[in-house]
Amino acid sequence: MTAGSSLQRVECIPKLTGEAKFIDDIDFPGVIHGATVRTPAPCGTLKGFTLQPGVPWDEFTIITAEDIPAGHNFIAHITDDQPCLVERRINHADEAVLLLAHPDKQLLQKALPLVKLDIEQGDPVLTIEDSLSRRRVVWGADNVFKSFTIEKGDVEKIFTSSDIIIVEGEYRTGAQEQMYIEPNGMVARADGASVTVWGSMQCPYYVHKSLAKMFSLPDDMIRVVQTVTGGAFGGKEDYPSMLACHAALLARKSGRHVKMIYSRGEDMAATTKRHPSLTRHRTAVTRDGRILAMDIEFILDGGAYVTMSPVVLSRGAIHAAGPYFCPDVRIRARAVATNYPPHGAFRGFGAPQSFFAMERQMDRIAAKIGMQPDELRRRNFIKKGQAMATGQLVRDNVDMEGLLERALKEADYHCKRRRFDAGNPASPVKRGIGFSCFMHGGGFTGSGETFLSSIAAVEAAPDGRVRVLASSTEMGQGANTVFTQIAAGALGLPFSMIEVAQPDTSIVPNSGPTVASRTTMIVGKLVENAALGIKQTLLGSGLLREGYTASQFSEACALYIKKSGHLKSLSQYKKPEHMDWDDKTYRGDAYGTYSWAVYVADVSIDTVTYETRVEDFVALQEVGKVVNPVLAEGQVQGGVLQGIGHALCEEVLWKNGHMINNRFTNYIIPTAADAPPIRVFFEEDPYAHGPGGAKGLGELPMDGPAPAILNAVMHATGADIRSIPMQPEHLMKALEDSKEGGK
Amino acid sequence: MKSFLHDYSMTAPRSLGEALELLDTDGGIRIFAGGTDLMVLLESGTLQHKSFLDIHSIPELRDIRVTPNYITVGAGATFSDIAAHPDLMRELPLLHEAARSVGAIAIQNRATIGGNVANASPAADAPPALLVYDAEIELLSRQNNRRIPYRFFHAGYKKTLLVPNEMIRAFHIPRADRRKCVQLYKKVGTRKAQAISKICFAGLLRREGGRIADARIAFGSVAPVPLRCEKTEQVLKNGGTLAECLAILSSEISPIDDIRSNAAYRLRVAQNIFSRFFQVK
Repeated sequence: MTAGSSLQRVECIPKLTGEAKFIDDIDFPGVIHGATVRTPAPCGTLKGFTLQPGVPWDEFTIITAEDIPAGHNFIAHITDDQPCLVERRINHADEAVLLLAHPDKQLLQKALPLVKLDIEQGDPVLTIEDSLSRRRVVWGADNVFKSFTIEKGDVEKIFTSSDIIIVEGEYRTGAQEQMYIEPNGMVARADGASVTVWGSMQCPYYVHKSLAKMFSLPDDMIRVVQTVTGGAFGGKEDYPSMLACHAALLARKSGRHVKMIYSRGEDMAATTKRHPSLTRHRTAVTRDGRILAMDIEFILDGGAYVTMSPVVLSRGAIHAAGPYFCPDVRIRARAVATNYPPHGAFRGFGAPQSFFAMERQMDRIAAKIGMQPDELRRRNFIKKGQAMATGQLVRDNVDMEGLLERALKEADYHCKRRRFDAGNPASPVKRGIGFSCFMHGGGFTGSGETFLSSIAAVEAAPDGRVRVLASSTEMGQGANTVFTQIAAGALGLPFSMIEVAQPDTSIVPNSGPTVASRTTMIVGKLVENAALGIKQTLLGSGLLREGYTASQFSEACALYIKKSGHLKSLSQYKKPEHMDWDDKTYRGDAYGTYSWAVYVADVSIDTVTYETRVEDFVALQEVGKVVNPVLAEGQVQGGVLQGIGHALCEEVLWKNGHMINNRFTNYIIPTAADAPPIRVFFEEDPYAHGPGGAKGLGELPMDGPAPAILNAVMHATGADIRSIPMQPEHLMKALEDSKEGGK
Repeated sequence: MKSFLHDYSMTAPRSLGEALELLDTDGGIRIFAGGTDLMVLLESGTLQHKSFLDIHSIPELRDIRVTPNYITVGAGATFSDIAAHPDLMRELPLLHEAARSVGAIAIQNRATIGGNVANASPAADAPPALLVYDAEIELLSRQNNRRIPYRFFHAGYKKTLLVPNEMIRAFHIPRADRRKCVQLYKKVGTRKAQAISKICFAGLLRREGGRIADARIAFGSVAPVPLRCEKTEQVLKNGGTLAECLAILSSEISPIDDIRSNAAYRLRVAQNIFSRFFQVK
């Protein structure tokens, strides 16, 4: 078995040498360039447009909503409410109205401001509170995209009982931009009725579906090819469907290859971000720290259209009660409409928002009852056999107490806590240490994997070379390397005999989207099974015997293919038998399994500038068998740094619904200079249904940093901050307000 | 790139004389030094002027010369040039620190001190150091060469004393024995590197027998211009208490809310930095 070895990234040489071609690097014959005219207003009515003189308009290909087949002006998502182009009603700033294409990329830039839109601006809804008030209804009957309640026991009864302590808290998290290094880009070509697109994306079959729906074409007339993708983090889950439709419309009208590459500013302003959230906690706890009831209200700002909001809401809400056992839980979840560009998928998918609230709430409960934060957790951790909020019984081993103990030890938590407490009063630099405990479910929520019924395939060539066929995309996370390891391990072959096919819907089966920490755990298992299928076929045919060498394998492939024409094995997802989920009641097994973690942040706060610096970070997680330790460590470090950004500096600034700091220069992400030592540790407890025992990892590291850091800030300064990002300006205000209050 | 590139032109003169001639005869032309501020505007489609004069490759503008009374830094010296210069590091630590805090290494390799000053952003990193060292600025045109105290150069928000046919030639910084001075440069950015200041500070203090013999302080990002706080300096030199100094300082600066920070923060952090500076022995 080759899980557990740190195979060098299979695509690392082409990426390092520049041989790898991103979509903008690829030349297409006779290509023309596309650009998008967008609304400046966040809402209102489009009355018309005029093309002002200044460019030879007759040379341009121009697309408006009228060019879209009647009744098909929508991007196929969960709900088909998002138009491909605005017809009359404008629902967010930077919404696409009109498309232009021209061979001269520069002339396009000159043309864009010459399109004058005639807009009657409306009164936008720009806060969760405003949306909930229904002062103005911007979506459906009540501004609510999705609403549900997860209920276990009887929360209200507990809150009426005496002898309990009630702790309440309201928590907020802001929008966050994915900041992948390669902006969205797509090339389209239409030949006769067929349409082909190439581009940067996470989910080739989502793009495929949206093109098929828009043009009413049979599946085999549409081809989607993923090109080398420079990061995504969820940001290329749904938006590439929009961009592919735009490019394809221009390609069909012009008869040319059309290339659309977003600039950084356009990408940041117009495409999706992490959902801003508002969470309210009401917790009933005994004096000795037993949590009896949790009443949680979890609200997401979904932006102008449904897109991914219902499923982001599901994941966020299901994780909202944390890794704790609580007899009575109620989680009321809502995703509401506003006039921002739709908020979408971003690593963690709702869980970083709800964990921020849960883990800050835990430290505040501990403070309220005068208990150490670690002791409060210890008294409430969920254990094997206990039921989570959805009623899901924890079937696999879970040892949160062990994780907590080891993480605190690695971080030297207790010693530092004492030392900081002693040193802080006399020091202009305040030190603090805090932690968070959390988990992340692998794969789609609930019955999602069953609906997807993903397929992966493995195919052998006569020379014994083996190709993995899956629609899962390599986007910098290491999917191709992990698939190589899994296939090589199943077949007992050297890595060099394995190739992972470029996702191309004309070649690879639909193994689902590259999201939800599912690529290794779910699709990897399909790859493992399909590879084992090849092996069994050869063993069963008598051409190969156990204990074979690579050259014997090659000879067997040659003979088999000569006889049967081809050697290919498919594997389709089958849900583990124990899994049972009810979409209507949100009861049952929300995920096949969970990864578990404890993160510890050590921070310093300069009382001159109120700047918070993370000095040391310990990230301990149990993720089943680690397939590739070097890649896994990198995943965790990257996620932690994104979490530090979410907690301390990444703030989307909006003006009239439009992002105004849409540049690297003013949307502040941490740089290498801001990165603390991030010390990554794994516990490995193999999962029966994952390849070689692996569980999901990709999103987990995003869930824990923000609450750990803010808990550390509270330890350092006493500032009880419940909103992120926490910029120095916010900390200053909180410290001054608490000083005022103390007077 | 939101700009229509064909609208823009760039001329690269071969000598300083040719540059001055072009500047004198073509009223619409503007100087392009390192371009690190201008390229941001070009990318976002907000670069107003269309015709530029590239002075980056004129060698004499890049000179750093040490004479008995002055250190002269050519306007075309990059922040990397400044940061690497041993005499500057030893004698003008505030300017050295400022140079090292601009953007990051790639920016420091292109960005020039002349551009940093001519761009006239109140958030620029070098001006507070130049103000504290009582630098003189040398302005050059085809007809004229004038040298004025730098503290008079900034006339208002984004306004300077430069006339259209003039360029900054150099900064002349008086040499002095500053070994007994307390010198503090502090940049508060949005992150450790690649940051534009929320506030920046340069200060110099010399104590003689229990009293303050010399005090010079300057701030960036707290007023429409990089600001030398002369009133606060006066109170300091007159033996004012910290509270008295802070009261004057607070009236002398006028910070605002913008995309990077807010007025309340800038005011409080200016006070905090000053307090720390005041308390350094």
